[in-house]
Amino acid sequence: MKIPILRLGRILLVSIQEDLTDADTMQFQSDVVKKIAETEALGIAIDITALDVVDSFMARVINDTVSMARLLGAEVIICGVQPFVAMTLVEMGRDLIGADCAFNLDQGLKMLQARIAERGDMILNRGDGDDDLDPA
Amino acid sequence: MAMMTLIPPEEVAVEDAADIVRARSAARQISAQIGFGLADQTRLVTAVSELTRNVVQYAGRGRCRICDASDEITMTVSIVVEDYGPGIADIDKAMANGYSTGGGLGAGLPGTQRLMDGFAIESAPGLTRVVIEMKRKRTVGVR
Repeated sequence: MKIPILRLGRILLVSIQEDLTDADTMQFQSDVVKKIAETEALGIAIDITALDVVDSFMARVINDTVSMARLLGAEVIICGVQPFVAMTLVEMGRDLIGADCAFNLDQGLKMLQARIAERGDMILNRGDGDDDLDPA
Repeated sequence: MAMMTLIPPEEVAVEDAADIVRARSAARQISAQIGFGLADQTRLVTAVSELTRNVVQYAGRGRCRICDASDEITMTVSIVVEDYGPGIADIDKAMANGYSTGGGLGAGLPGTQRLMDGFAIESAPGLTRVVIEMKRKRTVGVR
C-alpha cells in the first residue's frame, strides 16, 4: 500500500490512514525521505490521527524518519497522536516519540510555517523547487 | 445475573508481518467484545503487536491465541504467544530496558510487561511462550 505524499509549496503533507504492515512502514519511511530530497521541502507534517496503535517498532520508524528529514534540512511535526496511543507509549516506558507534535494537521501546518519563517529561509518559499537565491 | 457467556477464543498463526496486523485486529475485536475500554484495548493491542513481531523477527513461526477468561466479577483477557524458534538465550537480558539483539529499541518485552497485569515468559530452544493477561473489575450493569 502506497501512502500519498501531498505537496503544498515547500511543505509536504502525509497522512497515514490505516494500520500498516512492517513492510508498508519501511516503504513509507523511504518514500518520505526521497520525496523531501526531491522537492527540497522545508517542512513536513505527518498526520497519524488514524493510527490507533503505535508499537515500539512504529515509534522507532517515526523517530528515525524525523531524524532523517531533519538531516536533510526539513522541519517535521507529527500531528494527531491519539490520547490512548500517547498513554500506551509513555506507559511502555520510553520517549518513543522524540518528535515535535501538534493536535491536528491545521496546528501542525501553522507550527511548520512559523518554524520555517524563524529559520529565515522563507524567501525560498516563493519558488517551486528550483529556488536559486537572487544573486543581487 | 444471567449466565455469562464467554467470547470464543481466537487463534492466529503468526508467520509473516501481515499476521501481526491480523493478530492486532483479533485482539482489538475480542477485548472490545469482552467490554474493555479504549485505553485498555490500545494497551492490549500494542502488547500483542510487540509479541507477535518478536515471533516474526526472531523465530519466524508461531501462534497467538486470545481467550476470554472473565467471570462475573472480573473481565479478563488472556493471550498466549508462542513460537518454535531458537529460544531466548538470556531472558533476564531480554527483559531489560534497552537490550536488543535485533536492532530494535529494546522496549518490546519490558514495555509489554508494564502494559499488562500478568506477564509470564518461558523459553527453550524450539519453544518460547509468553502469556499475558489483563484484568479489570466489571462495572455494575455492564453486560
